[in-house]
Amino acid sequence: MTIELRNVAKNVGGETHIYDTSVRFAETGFNVLLGETRAGKTTLIKLIAGLERPTSGEIWIKGRDVTTLSPQKRNVSLVHQFFVNYPNMNVFENIASPLRVAGVGRKERKRRVEEAAELMRLTPMLKRRPSELSGGQQQRTALARAIVKDSDVVLFDEPLANLDYKLREELRDELPRLLAGRGAIVVYATSEPHEALLLGGHTATMKEGRVTQFGETSKVFRQPNNLDTARVFSDPPMNAASVIKQGNEIVMDTARWRVPDALKNAPDGAYTLGLHPHTVTPVQENTEAVQVQGKVIVTELSGSESIAHFTRGGEDWVSQAHGVHAFKVGETHDFYFDAARGLYFGSDGRLVA
Amino acid sequence: MAAKTENQRAWFFVIPVILLVAFNAIVPLMTVVNYSVQETFGNNQFFWSGVTWFEETLKSERFQAALGRQLLFTAIILAIEIPLGIAIALSMPRSGPWVSVCLVLMSLPLLIPWNVVGSMWNIFALPDIGLLGYTLNAMGFNYDYTQQPLAAWATLIAMDVWHWTSLVVLLSYAGLISIPDAYYQAAKIDGAGKWAVFRHIQLPKMKRVLTIAILLRFMDSFMIYTEPFVLTGGGPGNATTFLSIDLVKKALGEFDLGPAAAMSLIYFLITLLVSWLFYTVMMRNEGEES
Repeated sequence: MTIELRNVAKNVGGETHIYDTSVRFAETGFNVLLGETRAGKTTLIKLIAGLERPTSGEIWIKGRDVTTLSPQKRNVSLVHQFFVNYPNMNVFENIASPLRVAGVGRKERKRRVEEAAELMRLTPMLKRRPSELSGGQQQRTALARAIVKDSDVVLFDEPLANLDYKLREELRDELPRLLAGRGAIVVYATSEPHEALLLGGHTATMKEGRVTQFGETSKVFRQPNNLDTARVFSDPPMNAASVIKQGNEIVMDTARWRVPDALKNAPDGAYTLGLHPHTVTPVQENTEAVQVQGKVIVTELSGSESIAHFTRGGEDWVSQAHGVHAFKVGETHDFYFDAARGLYFGSDGRLVA
Repeated sequence: MAAKTENQRAWFFVIPVILLVAFNAIVPLMTVVNYSVQETFGNNQFFWSGVTWFEETLKSERFQAALGRQLLFTAIILAIEIPLGIAIALSMPRSGPWVSVCLVLMSLPLLIPWNVVGSMWNIFALPDIGLLGYTLNAMGFNYDYTQQPLAAWATLIAMDVWHWTSLVVLLSYAGLISIPDAYYQAAKIDGAGKWAVFRHIQLPKMKRVLTIAILLRFMDSFMIYTEPFVLTGGGPGNATTFLSIDLVKKALGEFDLGPAAAMSLIYFLITLLVSWLFYTVMMRNEGEES
């Protein structure tokens, strides 16, 4: 019993927002929608919530065709990127508002609101108005409103995007725990690949109105079906190099290496080699590694990692390595990658090996 | 903490404003204060008279009647224009080509000067030749604003509503379109009805602009002069003699400088006091970002 999109498409004024999409979401754990801005995540969330109607196709929730039902009748909750609370109600009334509309009795209402407030650590703030709360507390109030009503579906539309780093980490850790065991199907839209990895569960990668792949998060990350998915699911961006298969060798400019076993039976010709930034390092990690030279353009130091953007053969590459490495911008450095960890995509963008 | 630094040069930047305010507000106001505590019989000779004029003005039936009319007029204006303005703003489209059409139509009355509005309605409502006046009479209503106090009031109110409701509409509309869509979506998911959306989202989010609208409409209608002056000159009888009309009659018609000065100060203080009260009450428990 889950959410199913059956050939759902959405056009608005001659523009396609969602192309024919069929997905069967997971019943437990998080279903992450991962994609850049305008990839169609919000539209998909709105379609599931019932805020928009699909142009064609059907939406089923828990074995019920809800395509034409109003949001209210779908029993869904939605947490927005903006902290949406009723401005003239205090925290208690805000959390209670969905229950009041649903006609839950006063005593029961009080019990459930207090329980949700306790979970979200809002108990001392119950009497305050949203304007008297910090951003994090406002979003907690919105979250409490979403979980208090025992919805079949809880939708998140980049709920942590407007919070500062610390609060984001904190809430991200809490969310799976808060939603566990509630029996709600959770769909969570984000534009950050590492957020998808941290939340686990399943991930649907999206690009320009299409779901490029859906599956277990770790699997989608390690074994993307296609170049689009690999690109969406990589931050810093994935390195994509043009290579040519010639018999038993792969040729990339002057570099050559043995064809990996999985590619042995593929025809000769042009392929795209996808390399995650963390597989390209400034030090040689094993003797098999392929060496490339690149001119460093930008360097970043993030905590214990060094990131270097460089150009090689007219292509922009990124290397992400543990430890602090000294790069000089404008100078040429040697970089190494393990060809066996690369992904080979055909000219149609599909994964070959 | 750094040592407190004082820089006297700042005064140079403030002086132009002080001079400007002094010449266009403080000096004239002080002249009025000066008149209000003295008696004169002409020849530029003045005698100290203390608070006599203030007492006399406050006790005079004429002043009380004018104040009463003024308060009633302003109350009616606010009671009509604010709800009507909000209602029109709510029914305006939020996007599309009609938005600019509506906005232009709404702004038109605001561009017309007071005395023109007065003259327009004066002619429009004339019972014998005016389109409105003639039509009403032809339909069997006995309507003549030059004779009937009620008709004069109705005409003035219609005139003001026609002229100024747009201001409330534009301010409310600005407040409305600044509400993010997310709020309406949240309400839809909660299953909140139209009234609940208005009561719990739109109204609280419009609070600030509405405060400004009410303040502006209060002050403006409380100081109304041109329209009744052009329409009937304060008549029929004294029916539309509001405070400002009464004041001009006293100061320029009767040349009673002392009492007129006292009256204008009282008038000024009432306007200031009521505006302040409005503002404080409406901004209480405030802190909401709009």
